[in-house]
Amino acid sequence: MGRPRARKLSDARHEVLAGGWVVPEPVRCVQCGICSFSCPIDIDVRRHAWLGEPVKDRHCLTCGECVARCPRGVLRFARSDLFERGG
Amino acid sequence: MAQRYLIVGMGAASIAAAEAIRSRDPGGEILLVSEEGDGYYSRPGLAYYLSGEVPEQQLFPFTEDDFDRLHLRRLHARVASLQPQSREVALEDGRRLPYDRLLLATGSLAVQVGLPGVELDGVVKLDDVGDARRILKRCRRGRTAVVVGGGITALELVEGLHARRVHTHYFLRGDRYWSSVLDETESKIVEQRLQEEGVQIHYHSEVAEVLGKRGRVTGVLTQDGRRIDCDLVGIAIGVRPRMELAEGAGLATERGILVDEHLQTSVPDVFAAGDVAQVFDPFSGKSVLDTLWGVAVAQGRVAGRNMTDQSEAYHKSVPFNVTRLAGLTTTIIGTVGRGRDKDVRGIARGDSETWRHLPDSFAAQDVSDVNRLRLLVGEQRLLGALVMGEQTLSRPLYQLVAHQADVTPIRDRLLHPSARLGDLVASFWAEWRERHEAA
Repeated sequence: MGRPRARKLSDARHEVLAGGWVVPEPVRCVQCGICSFSCPIDIDVRRHAWLGEPVKDRHCLTCGECVARCPRGVLRFARSDLFERGG
Repeated sequence: MAQRYLIVGMGAASIAAAEAIRSRDPGGEILLVSEEGDGYYSRPGLAYYLSGEVPEQQLFPFTEDDFDRLHLRRLHARVASLQPQSREVALEDGRRLPYDRLLLATGSLAVQVGLPGVELDGVVKLDDVGDARRILKRCRRGRTAVVVGGGITALELVEGLHARRVHTHYFLRGDRYWSSVLDETESKIVEQRLQEEGVQIHYHSEVAEVLGKRGRVTGVLTQDGRRIDCDLVGIAIGVRPRMELAEGAGLATERGILVDEHLQTSVPDVFAAGDVAQVFDPFSGKSVLDTLWGVAVAQGRVAGRNMTDQSEAYHKSVPFNVTRLAGLTTTIIGTVGRGRDKDVRGIARGDSETWRHLPDSFAAQDVSDVNRLRLLVGEQRLLGALVMGEQTLSRPLYQLVAHQADVTPIRDRLLHPSARLGDLVASFWAEWRERHEAA
């Protein structure tokens, strides 16, 4: 309750760091802004969620703060097309 | 001459409609009128503002640049009446605004309680950001609150107040929380977590009177004669669509403003979307209300496009919401409950009437610790699902329910008492997705 602890990040995180980005699932999003608020480099993640676009910002650190803080599970890491190996 | 689009309200449906209109009509005049001075913000985000997870200024998704980019004009004013014959609305200050197409996206407001003492300073609701500000102003360590009501908003009040170190009593009229959507196990999980955190739940309890001194709340008196001292009383017993404009203009209404498949009301060129719209639901075969952000956005987009002379039917998707109940992320998909909730009159926020129209189905369930998975299994397809805690399966389940996937191959196994539901769903979904994507 109250302020939730950051959830454990996906095990795939290291792979994602190499070739992935944060992907929103807009149907879950209510534009609360916690994602943008928690981004250490001020990427407007919420805007990406509204537009249903992956966070293809070259500055994104894939640090996972937005993924972990989103209270509605809107965000997840996904492998980018460039590195896609099926699945 | 440029088309004049008038939008009453400034919530999710209004903004989605304005964006949709602008994408199809670059030269049209779009005016949003709202009596709420704060403009467009995330109403569901108020829960996180209360709990301290996000500051107030972060709740506003649009900057001035966003409004400018879309050439949206805004007016802070109250619309007093609608005159469809002359295609205009009258503002409270006497001004008149003409329109070619009108969208009513006036949302909903908290149902008022007719209790002695509700006018006292310290009785609060959670309709808008102003309410949240007022609540936070009063939150100080050592204070005590009583919360009355049900559904998501009541819990947002309970959790928000608790997060601000206000000792919180939660009154339930019946024997469990949100009985119209959650089953007994799920209610129990939520209640136990609240109690472990120190929230005091009072079952079978109703407030008879809010007590006060010099105009301020000092406590409540229960119907069975108990007195609880408190500084705040939070009330969330449901919301009511704001239909006054539509009713005054003679538009067809029931529990909300009735709209056709194009989200047009009974009057030409007047559309409705969001909490205020009562929309035909192919899932239940009934015309229903939803108070969900995602539904409001989807309806706003379709209404906006239809206001620009497109003819697009709105296909109500399976009702879906993600919320946090006592710290547990919970996804509710399709039809999952039945009956009514004594703590809510009508509909609550973040709610769907469809969730309660449980057709003939069997429930399959799996619970471990606080993680909970409940599936409503129909003859051939999944009719609904509730995922509490671990959320990995919520996306697959949404797709299976929304696409009415034929689950006949695993139906018997799903209903087996010792079924490992998670594994079954995960492997079925992987196969289904491959077939679905190939098709």
